[in-house]
Amino acid sequence: MSSTFETVAGIISETSDIPLEDITPEKNAFTDLDIDSLDFLDIAFAIDKSFGIKIPLEKWTEELNENKASADDYFVLSKLCDRIDALVAAKDS
Amino acid sequence: MLLEYFQMIDSVEELDLDQGKIVAQANVPMESTVFQGHFPGAPLVPGVLLIETMAQASGFMLLSRLNFEKMPFLANVTSAKMRSFVEPGQVLRVEAELEHDGSGFAATRAQILRDGSKICDSKLMFRIMPFPSDMLKRAMLDRFNRINQTASA
Repeated sequence: MSSTFETVAGIISETSDIPLEDITPEKNAFTDLDIDSLDFLDIAFAIDKSFGIKIPLEKWTEELNENKASADDYFVLSKLCDRIDALVAAKDS
Repeated sequence: MLLEYFQMIDSVEELDLDQGKIVAQANVPMESTVFQGHFPGAPLVPGVLLIETMAQASGFMLLSRLNFEKMPFLANVTSAKMRSFVEPGQVLRVEAELEHDGSGFAATRAQILRDGSKICDSKLMFRIMPFPSDMLKRAMLDRFNRINQTASA
């Protein structure tokens, strides 16, 4: 069974045409991988479907706009995967 | 259809908010300035306007689910296939259904049928955003109320 990171990396590679080897846990999806917000919608869609969750993008955007969090908190891939795991756990509980 | 005004949907025939499904009708006009260029002597509805028609059907379904509190903007035509020509005077059945209700976005599948045969289909994605103006919100609501045939159902 693939890890969350492997699944997410595969989704990013496929939707954004980025070589898998360039996608590592410490990378920020936007600033390091140059994924734009439109491409991230495709990624969020694929993640939602793959994990059976709903990534709260609106809430995250609101928190970013209000300086309650930094983009790295959400979009560094290791942290994104942690949040996906938490959403999956919450769904299953 | 008023092609020049991008009013593609003439009536909403069925709407299931829980399932995220809509069935609408679009009547291709006999005359339009669009046909003067597309194409001289062989008038056809441009494929991009068929995509727009599928997007508008999807949009009305999403707007209804959102209770007209936010506006879906077409963001991504993930795929689209034009399987047959559409000519002046034809009556089209437009079907759209919600594929995914995301946070700040939605994905739909839509198709257009003529006499029961599929003539085009698409996968679309929308950004769900606040209305940029009250005028647009009122215009969308007014338009929907005029074309919605399901209100008394």
